[in-house]
Amino acid sequence: MKFTRRDALKGLGGIPLMGAVWWAGAASSVAKKKERSAILEQLNIQPSLPSAVPGIGGEPIRVGIIGFGIRGEQLCRALGFATEEWKEEMRLAAQEDPKHTALSDFESQDKLNVHLAGICDIFDYRANKALKSFNTPDNKMERFRTHQEMIRSGKVDAVVIATPDHWHAPMAIDALENDIHVYVEKPMTHNVSETYRLRDVAMNSKAVLQVGHQHRQTLSFQTAKDIIHKGTIGHVSLIQTNTNRNDDNGAWMYEIHPDASPQTIDWDMFLGSAPKIPFNKNHFFRWRKWWAYGSGLSGDLLSHDYDRLNCVLNMGIPNSVMTSGGIYTHRDGRNVPDVLQVNMEYPNFSTGSSQPKGKEKGMTFVYSATLGNGFSRPTILMGHDGTLELGNQLTIWPDGRSTRYADMIESGKMNPDVPIYQYNPGASTPDGVASATSQYFADKGLMWTYINGARVDSTFLHLREWLSTSRNGGKVSCGVKEGFEEAISSHMAGLSYKLGRRIEWDPEQGKLKDIEGIDFDEALLAPM
Amino acid sequence: MVLLRLFIGWHFLYEGIIKLYNPDWTSFGYLASAQGPFRSFFIWMTGDSIIGVADWGNMIALVFVGLTLLLGIFEKWGAIVAALLLALYYLAHPSFPWVAQVNVEGSYWFVNKNLIELVACLVIYQIPTSHYFGLQRLFHKKETLSQAN
Repeated sequence: MKFTRRDALKGLGGIPLMGAVWWAGAASSVAKKKERSAILEQLNIQPSLPSAVPGIGGEPIRVGIIGFGIRGEQLCRALGFATEEWKEEMRLAAQEDPKHTALSDFESQDKLNVHLAGICDIFDYRANKALKSFNTPDNKMERFRTHQEMIRSGKVDAVVIATPDHWHAPMAIDALENDIHVYVEKPMTHNVSETYRLRDVAMNSKAVLQVGHQHRQTLSFQTAKDIIHKGTIGHVSLIQTNTNRNDDNGAWMYEIHPDASPQTIDWDMFLGSAPKIPFNKNHFFRWRKWWAYGSGLSGDLLSHDYDRLNCVLNMGIPNSVMTSGGIYTHRDGRNVPDVLQVNMEYPNFSTGSSQPKGKEKGMTFVYSATLGNGFSRPTILMGHDGTLELGNQLTIWPDGRSTRYADMIESGKMNPDVPIYQYNPGASTPDGVASATSQYFADKGLMWTYINGARVDSTFLHLREWLSTSRNGGKVSCGVKEGFEEAISSHMAGLSYKLGRRIEWDPEQGKLKDIEGIDFDEALLAPM
Repeated sequence: MVLLRLFIGWHFLYEGIIKLYNPDWTSFGYLASAQGPFRSFFIWMTGDSIIGVADWGNMIALVFVGLTLLLGIFEKWGAIVAALLLALYYLAHPSFPWVAQVNVEGSYWFVNKNLIELVACLVIYQIPTSHYFGLQRLFHKKETLSQAN
């Protein structure tokens, strides 16, 4: 047996080729990895872990629900109580689309030590719906005609307020004065003077107040805090937040229930402090469309975006606010605007600077909204050294003219078009989101967060924190300080729209700067 | 023919090695965005328990094909595995005019690069060349020699 030189060349010729390809692939991967870890090491961003909440020991906390509409039902589910109708609907949805996980998510949610003891809804159908599903041998539930009756019954320790906006503060104040814990939906209040009053009452009450900005539990927002704190994107001079919706549900055209009538709805109770008008189903079910009961884009949706950023930056109340807008997409008799642009000025705020001292200071927060287009404009924080896109995911791009990253950009290790950091806690979990409005909230990190890769309803975490603090003491994420800042900032935006002028905050006095001849509450709630 | 075999081997090996040395690589995005009649099968592969197996299987298969075709040994096996892999890639994002084109570069009508490479692998299977260029040549010669003796 003899191998010629030709045999050796042709037989073993593939080996050097294999070596070359292997080496090239490995070298390129390893070099990329090294560059990446050098950048990450320099950024040193710590993805947050959920804060531990002490359990709710002892007897179950007795919770009363005030308002069992769309949000009231969602809050009950977050507390562990879903109606039979909803379960059936979700079961069918899951059958149709296996990615629809609402029911299995609900079933796998941790159980809270809660007794849903009372329901208060002025629409008989809704109150009965709650009783039908929740009044069981394990969970005795009682209907109360009014919230005053429920608060004074001695049968509830805590109330969840999910009513139209004009009832938030009166109910919260009444409960806190009776030392009943309060979870109130946003916006915390409906006008300026009750915002001051609720702050004073909450500070003097033994009970715990939590405002329903559940995104404070979202892990990506807690990680964003670390990013800003470490100066990763430098001095932030502009923030852009947006509402982009283009569907009837998103424009608050909710369904009108066929059972609604003056016999089944306590109309006087609904009106409360609002102007007395005859029974009107449109107003009852679509109350967000009128200043008398709702707060328009400024209180309804800006409040979310404002608090998302206040939670990351802790920037507080703006020195001044200018707003413009109009009713351009839904001219259906509503009196709240459906297109709104809000500019909030923070001339003294800074997130830190990589440039000479004193060069950078001040920031504008822009909120831009339309209910006539659904193109997803992301939330963007624009800093001298980089740009942060904030949502359920985080992405950071370096800026081409950054001082901090100048060397790395010049040497080609960073590229302004390529993100230097991406945080996607749910990367391996495909999401099933039902409607356009849900997708809108989900993208903003307002619906759920991810813990160890599993999807968790952030409202559940927010309620759990409130209940745990009620029982064990401690501090809630969105207490009266945060709620006060959110409410005042939203009202400043609404007032500026109404009055067509700049509204200013006086930080020394802790109140809005007066404008001669203007009653702020009257101006804010006026039909137009 | 030898050149065709070497180039395809080269392509597979490089793809495999890049993935092997990148611990963050996953086929999740590619599978999750799958289109066409077998969409549900590919979505199933993105399940928590399956995705790891799918990733490793893909990586090992890519490297295996690369080695066999480049070194010129067991090339028929390499060609079959390569054709199967390419069939999966093709079916995950088929170039049918009525299917949305997601995660693909170029413009195709039924025939795309995956399909062409697949056919090339079938040709390699039909016309083996490793006895001419490749490790097989040494074994082949040994065999012929022992037969002659």
